[in-house]
Amino acid sequence: MILQARQLAFGYPGREVGRDVDLALTPGRALALLGPNGGGKTTLLKTLLGLLPPLGGEVLLDGRPLGSTPVRDRARLIGYVPQVHLGTFAFSVADVVLMGRTAHHGPFTQPSARDREVAAGAIDRFGLTGLAERPYTMISGGERQLVLIARALAQEPRLVVLDEPTASLDFGNQGRVLGEIRSLTRAGLAVLFTTHDPNHALRVADEVATLRAGRLLAHGPAAEVVTRAHLENLYDAPVREVGSAPNLAFVPDHS
Amino acid sequence: MKHRSPLLGPALALALLLAGIALAFSLGRYPVPPGDLLRILVARLTNTPSGLPAASEAVVLQIRGPRVLAAILIGSALASAGTAFQGLFRNPLVSPDILGASSGAALGAVIGIFFSLPILGIELLSFAGGLLAVGLVYVIGSGLRGGDTVLTMVLTGVVVGALLGAGIGLIKYLADPYNQLPAMTFWLLGSLAGIAPADILTLLVPILGGTAVLLLLRWRMNVMSLPEEEARALGVATGPLRAAIVAAATLVTSASVAASGVVGWVGLVVPHLARFLVGPSFPRLLPTAAILGGAYLLLIDTVARTAASVEIPLGILTAVIGTPFFIALLARMRGGWS
Repeated sequence: MILQARQLAFGYPGREVGRDVDLALTPGRALALLGPNGGGKTTLLKTLLGLLPPLGGEVLLDGRPLGSTPVRDRARLIGYVPQVHLGTFAFSVADVVLMGRTAHHGPFTQPSARDREVAAGAIDRFGLTGLAERPYTMISGGERQLVLIARALAQEPRLVVLDEPTASLDFGNQGRVLGEIRSLTRAGLAVLFTTHDPNHALRVADEVATLRAGRLLAHGPAAEVVTRAHLENLYDAPVREVGSAPNLAFVPDHS
Repeated sequence: MKHRSPLLGPALALALLLAGIALAFSLGRYPVPPGDLLRILVARLTNTPSGLPAASEAVVLQIRGPRVLAAILIGSALASAGTAFQGLFRNPLVSPDILGASSGAALGAVIGIFFSLPILGIELLSFAGGLLAVGLVYVIGSGLRGGDTVLTMVLTGVVVGALLGAGIGLIKYLADPYNQLPAMTFWLLGSLAGIAPADILTLLVPILGGTAVLLLLRWRMNVMSLPEEEARALGVATGPLRAAIVAAATLVTSASVAASGVVGWVGLVVPHLARFLVGPSFPRLLPTAAILGGAYLLLIDTVARTAASVEIPLGILTAVIGTPFFIALLARMRGGWS
């Protein structure tokens, strides 16, 4: 077990967003966090990353309280893939991925030959080598998302946390990113990601947790949680089932 | 950024600096050609006679030499500080002037002049003023949530700068109009005319110290230019690191202001020129900006010294160049920052 939340209450100082969350992330398994907008997914993610202190309960990273783990040690265990953004400066793709090595060298030192090697490996793994010298601001949204995943891998973490990794991608790139998430778990990493698409959760995640109004509605194997009845309850909207397992999919129903 | 040799940019900046030095000594009331300059410097270093007129030696070692050195030091200090601030505030429009570091340092220095403090006292007050001003801009700017954070920070800087300007006005109003006021006015316009050999040391120590800290942190500055939460998730303790960068950048800015008065715009213009040469990555950008800043201010000071029969205040020249530059930047703000 890499990251564990026990009876976690989360939110901002003076404003609790959610409580009673129990989650555990284990190597080789992907957990998807599903839920309507404003349900607290992002806040929970920030708390699990240690960017917000827990308001109650505890988060354990490798058995130690997350809050008392130095940020540098955290970054060696958890790689974070934020939602795609442009950034202020036009760093090259190679420089962006190399930033993933920050936690592996001291504050006054520069990236070593090994750091560059690991970064180049991560770039290569996602087929980005041809883009390495291009400015990060001048590649497509899908490529940018892959660059950020490559950066998280360059951290050599044991857990990768992705915030809506498919949200701003076109259809083809969504498939590509989902495939990469799958390959992370096959490589023995623990994965946590949020998504708006139950089909993505069903396809890629081993376990699914659903969050609404700050509480976990359900938490269990993907096929048991992602069902028509539960989705209708979660989103408070009619849902239609298309096909059957293993090609089961859900679409919003608007009749 | 493109397929250029990584050394091309710094080499170009260095060539410009050397050309600037040669030009600075060749122009002026007593020109010293580059060959003579070299001979005097070599003679000085090896402690042998140079065989050149004593007047040439005095110009190089006592009069123009210190001024050239000060221009390089101050230019590179302001450019490094500007580069660091732009990265830290994730905003390519900020500079030590816009964030209030210069006005804060100026207020501190004017207070120092008002109380007739020694140069070290003026420097310390200047540093305290600069730090206070940047801290104030940062706290107010990040406290005003919502809207465009870039714009908020720039506007906060303008507002705090106006308040500090009022403070400077008050001190000038209270100052002795025959002795202190002319000194303050002249000094606020910015000039290197009064630099004496003895000033170099009080300039050298804080500027080299502060720049060294910034240079050591150059890789971390890449990460610090990402959104805060991302930088922390990458393993950077953002709080202490930001404090260190702000302190170092403010230290070099205030040391410059204490010595030369308010020389604006260098910290805004030069980082952009350097980014144009070597791209935005700080390990390459920061050294290039430092060298280029030295060359830039030296060239401007040479113009200030030689263009007219009286000295043109440095701050006026840098503003004449900097203002249109800033407007051009605003015009292309929608594009990415290369």
